[in-house]
Amino acid sequence: MTDANALLQLVPKAEGRQSMKDFKSDQEVRWCPGCGDYAVLAAVQGFMPQLGLAKENIVFVSGIGCSSRFPYYLNTYGMHSIHGRAPAIATGLATSRRDLSVWVVTGDGDALSIGGNHLIHALRRNVNLKILLFNNRIYGLTKGQYSPTSEVGKITKSTPMGSLDAPFNPVSLAIGAEASFVARTVDSDRKHLTEVLRQAADHPGTALVEIYQNCNIFNDGAFEVLKDRQQAEEAVIRLEHGQPIRFGADGSKGVVRDPATGDLRVVAVTAENEADVLVHDAHAASPTTAFALSRLADPNTLHNTPIGVFRSVGRPVYDTLMADQLDTAVEQRGKGDLAALLAGGDTWTVVG
Amino acid sequence: MTSQVSSTAEQADGAVVGEQRTAAGAKDVRRLDRVIIRFAGDSGDGMQLTGDRFTSETASFGNDLSTLPNFPAEIRAPAGTLPGVSSFQLHFADHDILTPGDAPNVLVAMNPAALKANLGDLPRGAEIIVNTDEFTKRAMQKVGYDSSPLEDGSLDGYSLHPVPLTTLTVEALGEFDLTRKEAERSKNMFALGLLSWMYHRPTEGTERFLRSKFAKKPEIAAANIAAYRAGWNFGETTEDFAVSYEVAPAAKAFPPGVYRNISGNLALSYGLIAASRQADLPLYLGSYPITPASDILHELSRHKNFGVRTFQAEDEIAGIGAALGAAFGGSLAVTTTSGPGVALKSETIGLAVSLELPLLIVDIQRGGPSTGLPTKTEQADLLQAMYGRNGEAPVPVVAPRTPADCFDAALEAARIALAYRTPVFLLSDGYLANGSEPWRVPDLQELPDLTVRFAQGPNHALDDGTEVFWPYKRDPRTLARPWAIPGTPGLEHRIGGIEKQDGTGNISYDPANHDFMVRTRQAKIDGIDVPDVEVDDPDGARTLVLGWGSTYGPITAAVRRIRKEGGRIAQAHLRHLNPFPRNLGTVLERYGKVVVPEMNLGQLATLIRAKYLVDARSHNQVNGMPFKAEQLAAALKEAIDD
Repeated sequence: MTDANALLQLVPKAEGRQSMKDFKSDQEVRWCPGCGDYAVLAAVQGFMPQLGLAKENIVFVSGIGCSSRFPYYLNTYGMHSIHGRAPAIATGLATSRRDLSVWVVTGDGDALSIGGNHLIHALRRNVNLKILLFNNRIYGLTKGQYSPTSEVGKITKSTPMGSLDAPFNPVSLAIGAEASFVARTVDSDRKHLTEVLRQAADHPGTALVEIYQNCNIFNDGAFEVLKDRQQAEEAVIRLEHGQPIRFGADGSKGVVRDPATGDLRVVAVTAENEADVLVHDAHAASPTTAFALSRLADPNTLHNTPIGVFRSVGRPVYDTLMADQLDTAVEQRGKGDLAALLAGGDTWTVVG
Repeated sequence: MTSQVSSTAEQADGAVVGEQRTAAGAKDVRRLDRVIIRFAGDSGDGMQLTGDRFTSETASFGNDLSTLPNFPAEIRAPAGTLPGVSSFQLHFADHDILTPGDAPNVLVAMNPAALKANLGDLPRGAEIIVNTDEFTKRAMQKVGYDSSPLEDGSLDGYSLHPVPLTTLTVEALGEFDLTRKEAERSKNMFALGLLSWMYHRPTEGTERFLRSKFAKKPEIAAANIAAYRAGWNFGETTEDFAVSYEVAPAAKAFPPGVYRNISGNLALSYGLIAASRQADLPLYLGSYPITPASDILHELSRHKNFGVRTFQAEDEIAGIGAALGAAFGGSLAVTTTSGPGVALKSETIGLAVSLELPLLIVDIQRGGPSTGLPTKTEQADLLQAMYGRNGEAPVPVVAPRTPADCFDAALEAARIALAYRTPVFLLSDGYLANGSEPWRVPDLQELPDLTVRFAQGPNHALDDGTEVFWPYKRDPRTLARPWAIPGTPGLEHRIGGIEKQDGTGNISYDPANHDFMVRTRQAKIDGIDVPDVEVDDPDGARTLVLGWGSTYGPITAAVRRIRKEGGRIAQAHLRHLNPFPRNLGTVLERYGKVVVPEMNLGQLATLIRAKYLVDARSHNQVNGMPFKAEQLAAALKEAIDD
């Protein structure tokens, strides 16, 4: 991760020790009691001192939605912008100020519906942004309509007979959009969330972190199967780079490649097939296996849901390339001379 | 040969056509005070390039000039058809001129479609040079000529020069290793050479241009130069062209200085780079390609050595979004677009109003609504710029009046944006963007000081004496809020589109606070310091003609005509549409009649009537083309006499 360090070096370090308190703003947090957003906020406020960057060089940019109130509660620079546009605004900031650590906070409606275009283009450009996508599979702030990640048939105020459209899988979408870093974590698993944040912060380029987040008002328990200790053991696949992909009680289940189709599937691990269990390689150049992993989960039951870092690969970072072009232009043509530019090549002189 | 008489004189400022015969070798040379030439051909014939080159030659010769490129939105419309005709009109003179001219004295028609599409604009007696090679039966039938206009007498009233341009070009390039098709492509350079001979244009610039344009293909460069020279020589030797013309440099029209020719979009681009230097802030352009604004994106992309960052976004919304993000970070941020793009950017402009960050929104207006007429000009985005947002979201509006003026207007828009921390509209249009004129290159010392000071520390003391930073505590004079950029220790703050409490900037839904903030944002824009509008009224007129933007040239030309004929009319032209100059109300009161010519259905007139309760009369034209001075003069005269 030397590249990561190289980019993070551009952001000034904090002088002295920071604590979680340094990152709490004086604003009252106004999410519904019990909302998963509280847990994510606490995790981020707890992680920031570990990151150790000067807090004046950290910026959180958000769109619109419950999660997008996030910047108000962090004592860094922040912008609560308009619906779906945070990645575009953050792109302008990150590409013009490489001394900043720029984070985007967005939700499933904000990032995948109204802002879908900006999200995929930020990912393909690999702008140095850390995007936290709070996915609660519902529209909360507008009081409970189905979202682009809601399961088909979802009964909501706007879909009394059930929603008709198939959901996006944010991880699949991100990998398809050429993302260089894609991870998934869960609001209630502070340790896992923090570890994913650490890896995302370390990643040079766009890091997309999908955070399963509970909306206890409009979609309560949406991820219960992943949180309830007993159920989670059977439902959650914890991805760790370099480790065999096994889960279930005592690692009784594993992910293997189907030799016939090349696709992945979950099998009961036996002495015979143990050697076939896939070893997770988050740094694989090809996105194929990461994509296949993202398809394992059943969108309705959430069984076989992988969490962790699906993909983390090095790829040229847009901001760096842009800065390099400016440097190259100066090397090749010298620093811009305005008088010479204005005069151009073809002039004539009028004498008084 | 008939003479080129300036019967279509757009200006009436005294200069009379001088037609002196001077013997120069075997051929006569006549002196003219001004000429209007139109090059017309298929959109693939290179007419814009030909016009550009002739313009450059003319500029370096020292004439005053004004140009009007006119081309279809299709890149290559079907060959030989009327919709595919592309033209370039150039007006040049030995004196100060204001418009590209109403009617050409000379038409170069590269095919029957070009002749047919443009003939209606020509006055009787005009010269027409046609490429006879293209006047085949089929090509003529394609545009509805049953008989050849070159032979059926329908052009008897004109001075017709039939020239086999294609054949002559191919013959001239015989020694080059080119296919016939490749050789034919140089026919525009042959035509340019011929016209350059006719008007005694200097040739070095064009030859230098061709060598550098085709530096990687020396054979093509040489062929084009050969065609260009062949055209020149053809003029000199053929008997059909017995006379050539001189249009003396417009020495008296220009104050002393160094001059160049410049188009509106180029001047605007340079104005942005100059503003960035004068403000000592890096320039950041977030943009999405759209006609007729894309040239600014192209131009700024070439100047990365000035620290200019250009970001071609995924859409119009991301273009302005990125610009706004860069503004938050302390860049001089710009987004460039045209009307449809402004519609998409509206919500982000509203956010910029709420965030109170500097941002330039450059709208190169084109024909609307919807996709409208992408390559034609119009001024119909004024009300969109003024009011096209949700809520009370006032945005200053600045409009350039001529192509070269786009430079100064860009600096002025930047001044307002930076000093008042607000988005600002810069409303140019397709006519200014693509048209060109001579420009006195300014000394850098003449440029305004735009330096800004970022907030560096606390700006407020709480009751208990604690020093804090309040992002919405305003400068009492300008009402601007502090610009505290990320990276500044101790000033960490959050801004957003939700209404905020006066001073602290914290979220506030308090009714009285909202009322106060709405009024304060409006007061900030209303209080912007803009220069008074100047009135040109030498004769104590009763009628005032009030314009804005690119109508300046035609209006001024029309005013000159009226005064030349003894009529009395006053003229004022607005650069600032929001806020209006302080003295505008008093100016309007002085006149019994106020006429507002606009390339829309009366948008400025609507604003004037609403704000000043003046019975302003609209004179409108929305045909995608600039006003013609003669028609405008007639309309103004009617208003005076009414």
